[in-house]
Formats: sequence, structure tokens, C-alpha cells
Amino acid sequence: MNAITVTGLSKRYGETLAVDGIDFSVPPGGTVGLLGGNGAGKTTTIAMLLGLLIPTAGRITILGHDMAHDRFAALARMNFSSPYVALPHRLSVEENLRVYCHLYDVPHASARIAELAAELDLGGLLDRPAGQLSAGQKTRVALAKSLINRPDVLLLDEPTASLDPDTGDLVRTWLERYRAQSGCTILLASHNMAEVERLCDMVLMMKQGRIVDRGSPADLLTRYRRDDLEEVFLDIARDRQSERSA
Amino acid sequence: MRATARRVWGLMYRHLALYRRSWPRLLELAYWPTLQMCIWGLTSTYIASRLPVGGQVAAGVLLGGVLLWEIALRSQMGVAISFLEEIWSRNLGHVFVSPLRPRELVAALIAMSAIRMAVGVLPAVLLAWVLYAFNLFALGPVLILFAINLMAMGWWVSLAVVSMILRHGAGAEALAWSVLFALTPLSAVFYPVSVLPVALRPIAWALPASHVFEGMRAVLNTGVIQWDQLAIASLLNLAWLLVASWLFAWQFRVARERGALLSIGE
Repeated sequence: MNAITVTGLSKRYGETLAVDGIDFSVPPGGTVGLLGGNGAGKTTTIAMLLGLLIPTAGRITILGHDMAHDRFAALARMNFSSPYVALPHRLSVEENLRVYCHLYDVPHASARIAELAAELDLGGLLDRPAGQLSAGQKTRVALAKSLINRPDVLLLDEPTASLDPDTGDLVRTWLERYRAQSGCTILLASHNMAEVERLCDMVLMMKQGRIVDRGSPADLLTRYRRDDLEEVFLDIARDRQSERSA
Repeated sequence: MRATARRVWGLMYRHLALYRRSWPRLLELAYWPTLQMCIWGLTSTYIASRLPVGGQVAAGVLLGGVLLWEIALRSQMGVAISFLEEIWSRNLGHVFVSPLRPRELVAALIAMSAIRMAVGVLPAVLLAWVLYAFNLFALGPVLILFAINLMAMGWWVSLAVVSMILRHGAGAEALAWSVLFALTPLSAVFYPVSVLPVALRPIAWALPASHVFEGMRAVLNTGVIQWDQLAIASLLNLAWLLVASWLFAWQFRVARERGALLSIGE
């Protein structure tokens, strides 16, 4: 059974079709990258996977649970991180993590927070208000929050956006380690092609709400005869595919 | 059940931690009730001194009205402002992708509202006793029923406010402060419903607060508890609570259809 199965998923806002009948599945332990330009439908897709947005049509099944009827059973085993959603600034890092220990019914909250603090190097930050952290520190805290319940499915919306290369690399390294240790399934929306190339087993290329191509990073590079995913991305975004074939 | 209680506590913990770290927020809880009580206490003292007969009772009715109405006001604001705190901190996205059910969110907001109300109103009640020799607890055990009914009214009004915020975004947040003030003239807080124009009386009688305050005046004037008024207030609260819950559930679904849960603060 796939960890995530999406069938005929669409989202329409009035006249605008933000997501147009997409289908994909992610096997357990797989890491899938959702690539596309701004407005391609990545965030809308993630919002539907999280139950924040009701699809206009289609079906989402996560960990065997139909998100239309049984989303809370799936949400308890999922988590999410995005730089566009914040944690309360006035609460300390530890208080924030404790809130989510309660919301996800994590046993032994103090031990779990200490474990994550050690793994993500948050020890010196636990007592600091979340609002006083740097962008890199906030990302590490957001990552700790997203792993608080040891999720089986992790949805990441641009997890390393606005991070310096060093911090971005630390985050990617940590995600690789976590995936290897836990067997977690990851769906990742990103504009960072190197990140997608490094982390993902499969890439879904989105454009105007549709999945216009898919495959492993190596497959895509071969098919588009390119050296990196950024060029593949530009080929698709600018419709250069046909020109190159010609 | 245990997981439900823990999720409710999780959201309460988030707000309690906020108050622990912010004394201005704590002070603000008691500021308006105490200020209102001081102003109306002085007014009551003046009225009592000008009326040779019944002055003390009139003063008591005014102060009792102010303090009991604060219970409804603070309960309503407690729910609405706790919800707005999530919007202001851009945290709603995280909250709504957790396993927290909407009914658990509402339960946590209501529990926080009860705490906020107690912290805000109790100092004013005690000060009224000290400064103006007005003991609200002299109403007797029926005070608990009055308070529960007024809190319940605050909660269903705030559920309607939260529904409007879900529908219209942060643009509707002014309702969190203003909506119950707008109902004050119709709630018979300081005068009986019979004082209102005939056309407005049905509206007043549809509000649980009118029955509570008619009951309060009866206790203060005659010492008689009007159980029928309390029963009507309770039934009205139940009916309005059902309407507000339906409105909340509807608007929550509409917000999920429109994708408003992530962009609600913008």
C-alpha cells in the first residue's frame, strides 16, 4: 500500500483551476519532490494533502485513511513544515514544542524535546522566545516541531527557503538521516533544484495545475539531456522541450 | 478521551504560557472590568445620595448589572481574542494540520475564556465590595446560575464572531471587541425590558441576558428568585449555542473550501 495516493485531484477557485486532475502516489519511505514555478499548484496540492483545503474533485488517501472522511487519523501520523507558517513568537522554543507534544499526544514530552534538541542542536535555544531566533534557528525549530510526533508522512513546503547554504545543507543532511532512520515518507515542494536532486527519489513537475512530467532526477536529466534539474525545470517552464527535441 | 483532553490542554497551555510571559496581557484582563466598576461605582454612589428612598437598591442594581455584564463581555472576548492570537501569530496553519478537532479547538477557547473571565472580573467584584460595600455574592447561590448563563451567552456570541472571522478574515476582528457592546442596550442590563420601545422588546426577550438581568433585579429588589426567567435564559442559550455551532461548522467548512485557513490573517 502506498503511503500517499492521489487520484484525479482538482481545485477550482471560481474561474481559476489551481490544480487540474493530478494523480500520483508515493510509496512508504519514498521522497517525492513537487517542482514548479510560482502558481503551478504546489502549495495548493500540499494544503489539500493536509486537509486545510477541500478539493473540488478527486481523492486523497494517506496511510490508508481517506482524507475526506478520516483526516484526523492520518494527521496524527503526519506533520508539516513551512517557512510561511510561524510558531507563536512570544513563547519559548521549549514551550512551543511542548504545545505540539500535547496536540500530537506525544508520550514523555520532556524526553522527546530533549532528544530533538540534541539532534538539531537546539539546546541553547530552548529558553529563548521563538520570535528572537534567526532564520536558520527558526527553520531548525520548525523542523523539530514537524518531527515531534515521529511522523510517518512529512510534508515540507520549501524547507530551506531563505537559508544560507551552510544551514540549508545542515537541514538537508538531517532530513536524509531522519528518513534513513525512520523510513518516513516525504513530500517536498521546493524551488531549490539541487535540494530536490539530492533528496528525492522521484520528481513531479507541475505547471498550471497539472503534472506535466515525472520521474527520478536521473531519468529526467537523461530524458531532457541536461546536466542539472534547474535546466530541466527551465525547459518545462519555458516550453523549451520541443525545441531541444527538434 | 485522554488524547482529546491532552489536545485541549495543549492549546490552553499555549495561551497560559503566553500570559505567563506577558504581564501587560494579564493586567489588560482586569483593567476594563475594574475601570468600569469604578466609574459605575461612583455613579451609583451619587445616585444613592440623591435618592432618599430606594437609592441603595438602585445603586446595587447598577453595580450588579455592570459586574454581571462584564462576565458576558469577558467570556465573549476571551474566546474571540484567544482565536485571534492564533491568527496574529500566524500559527493557525500548524494548529489546523494537527489532529486537533474543531470541537476541541472550541473547547480550549471556552476554557481559556473562563480563566480570562475569572482573572478579569474577580478583582472588580472584590473591589466593589471594598470600595462601595457592594457584595455581588450576596445574591446567593443563584449567582452561579446567572454567571453560567452569561458566560454561555458570551460563548455563543463569540462562536458567531469567530465564524465571521473565518468568513471575512482579520477584517472582521473588530467584532471581537464591539459585538456584545452593541447588544448592551437590548440586554436589559441597567433597566427592565419594559423600558424599551415596544418594537425592540421581542429582540430583548430573545437574548438570554435580558432574562438574567430581570432575574437579578428581582433578587435585589424583592429577594425572590425568578426560576422561570432562569429557565428561559438557559433554553435560549441552548438554542443560540446550537445556531452558533452550526454557523461555526459551516464557516469552518467554507474556509477549508476557500483555502482561508492559511491566509486568514492577511
